[in-house]
Amino acid sequence: VTPFLVYGVAAGVLVGVGIHGVATRRNFVRQILALNVMGGGTFLFLIAVAFRNGPETPDPVPQALILTGIVVSVSVSALALAIARALHSRSGRTSLPDEDLE
Amino acid sequence: METLLDLLLAAGLVLVAVRAIHAPALFTAVVLYIAFGLLLSLVWVRLGAADLALAEAAIGAGVTGALLLETAAQLGFGKERPMALRGIPLLVLTALPVAGAVGVATFALAGETAGLKETVLARLQESGVEHPVTAVLLNFRGYDTWLEVIVLLAAVLGVRAITGSAARPGIGPASAPLPRSVAVVLPLAIVMGGYLLWRGTTAPGGAFQAGAVLGSAGILYLLVLRPTIELPRGVLFGASAGLGAIAFLVVGMAGLALEGEFLEYPTSAAGLLILLIELAVAISTAAALIFLFLGARPSVREERSA
Repeated sequence: VTPFLVYGVAAGVLVGVGIHGVATRRNFVRQILALNVMGGGTFLFLIAVAFRNGPETPDPVPQALILTGIVVSVSVSALALAIARALHSRSGRTSLPDEDLE
Repeated sequence: METLLDLLLAAGLVLVAVRAIHAPALFTAVVLYIAFGLLLSLVWVRLGAADLALAEAAIGAGVTGALLLETAAQLGFGKERPMALRGIPLLVLTALPVAGAVGVATFALAGETAGLKETVLARLQESGVEHPVTAVLLNFRGYDTWLEVIVLLAAVLGVRAITGSAARPGIGPASAPLPRSVAVVLPLAIVMGGYLLWRGTTAPGGAFQAGAVLGSAGILYLLVLRPTIELPRGVLFGASAGLGAIAFLVVGMAGLALEGEFLEYPTSAAGLLILLIELAVAISTAAALIFLFLGARPSVREERSA
């Protein structure tokens, strides 16, 4: 059992858990949190790939890619949360209406 | 022994993530998410990605956690409506195929390959820095990093457009120990940020990590020592948030004029140019994080009317 397999499988589970959370939870904060868990899973998979030849100098390209990803995901979260707060202060909503779903 | 540690860390990550998404109380959920970010940064250390560990702890767990907490407080920690679509069918439809696909990919990839490591190491000499991740970030894939800085700038402009530029309340007047500890932490944070920036050329560290440390120090300083925080406007706002993107553009265009390629550095000056870009990116990352956090706080006017 290599670290790559352990963290690769955990990454898959995290992405799945995150998608399930985005689809089932309704509160905005909870959905954005789940989106970040999904992102964390994606990052974990790529970093596990960078490590798959062992600890001797992991591949720097995926690492640079994920450093970019972390900054992009905080940008996305900050903007999404600002939209959620604006919607809440105008309509009092904490989740999207679900007429479309049912 | 190492495998046991890996299994424990991986299981801990999954458990904390599931609890963060499904814990009944929203406050618990956000705190668990911060714990998730910190566990993830432990995993980054384990997988030899110290750059990411620094960024994840400061930006992923720290800033995202603070923004989630602030928003949750304004939306109310009260009862949430029940879940949209319940039960197993949705789990089977959404989560399992994706988790399965990533799992299959993991097993399919398990063989040894060189990846891009050899390519990067072969040209590292010409990049102007000694740390491979910094070389990829600011030289070989400089384009990506420039666009990343622009994404951060776009988020700042978006948040500013939504929340306005009115003054924000600090948390003061705070009791004495808090301002005093800020007076101790602030100079340390500035030295630490400068060190991380400088260190990034030879070892893990760099513009984003330095920017995150400086940004959090700035947030702490403004919150604790100012009763109301005036946000900069106009040119001052644009300059502080846009410095990194502008520096990238100027250096990139100079490369286009002198070397015939956007963001192509002359080998002899590459180290200096990279350090200049990093300095600008660190400052505007710090400014961006401060604006994103302050933008999440209700303005002084809203707070009075509430």
